[in-house]
Amino acid sequence: MIDPVSFGYAFSHQSSLAALEVGKHFYWQFGNLAVHGQVLIVSWVVMGAVLVAAFIGSSTAKADQRVPAGFQNFMEYALEYVQGIAKDQIGEKHYREWVPFVGSLFLFIFVSNWLGALVPWKLIELPEGELAAPTSDINTTIALALLVSLAYFYAGLSKRGLEYFTRYIQASPFLLPLWVLEDFTKPLSLSFRLFGNILADELVVGVMVLLVPLFVPLPLMVLGLFTSAIQALIFSTLAASYIGEAMEGHGDEGHEH
Amino acid sequence: MIDPLVASASVIAASVAVGLGAIGPGIGQGTAASRAVEGIARQPEAEGKIRGTLLLSLAFMEALTIYGLVVALVLLFANPFA
Repeated sequence: MIDPVSFGYAFSHQSSLAALEVGKHFYWQFGNLAVHGQVLIVSWVVMGAVLVAAFIGSSTAKADQRVPAGFQNFMEYALEYVQGIAKDQIGEKHYREWVPFVGSLFLFIFVSNWLGALVPWKLIELPEGELAAPTSDINTTIALALLVSLAYFYAGLSKRGLEYFTRYIQASPFLLPLWVLEDFTKPLSLSFRLFGNILADELVVGVMVLLVPLFVPLPLMVLGLFTSAIQALIFSTLAASYIGEAMEGHGDEGHEH
Repeated sequence: MIDPLVASASVIAASVAVGLGAIGPGIGQGTAASRAVEGIARQPEAEGKIRGTLLLSLAFMEALTIYGLVVALVLLFANPFA
């Protein structure tokens, strides 16, 4: 399916630092399954970074401590930030149980976007393909988006039971196909938005580095950091908003803000 | 080896996908930004809130172009017709 005579191949022979290898992967074979090894490696690095940060942040906390110190301050700020995302979308009453999910989404996407842009992965040679942000691979983003789909169905069904499905015909029975269609377009747009933005950032920076190797790509790299942070925020905000929307009944309180 | 007709058609289609896809969001982003500036001029104390909302909605509009870009990337790097 992937044609080797593509731009990635042509570029990668000119300069090893500015290699653009879209559509080339470092395959690992598990039985009948071929997985993209380069994505898994960077995903593990990202998860390790988040875990280490969490352990360092909580290890300095003491029972008799009044004021958090050092790195713990930063981690508490991060926690309050993701709590804010969940609270704004889901509402004061039910947001607490969804903070871990929404927060993990935000932290994983944010850290993988930034590590993909900030760590000089090109210095590590792979037999094929190259290390990059895991979110620049469509498989990662589709997996995350499907998790969001499962989460909001679970949220709706556990909160409202089978009554959840009345929202499909609540406005008018004629709108039923549109509501069903929306359940498919939600994960599609979530995954494509994240994947396209991150891959576009990497491609733009790669092309600029290819044309002018020094200094000129810097503003674009900063712009890439900015947009990838915004994309992490958008993904988690939308996830929280879908969850909040699914839990919201027409009779009861809902979320007011 | 890829058929030259398919290759040229794919390259043209890729550029058209991104180019046409940029028109609508461009207009939309311009409108949104101008309204945000109006809002800030009228109520400078609301600048922080307006900026946050503006950035979020700009990113949503940008996603529309990105969909075109995804189609272009598929045509260039993972062409189903090659």
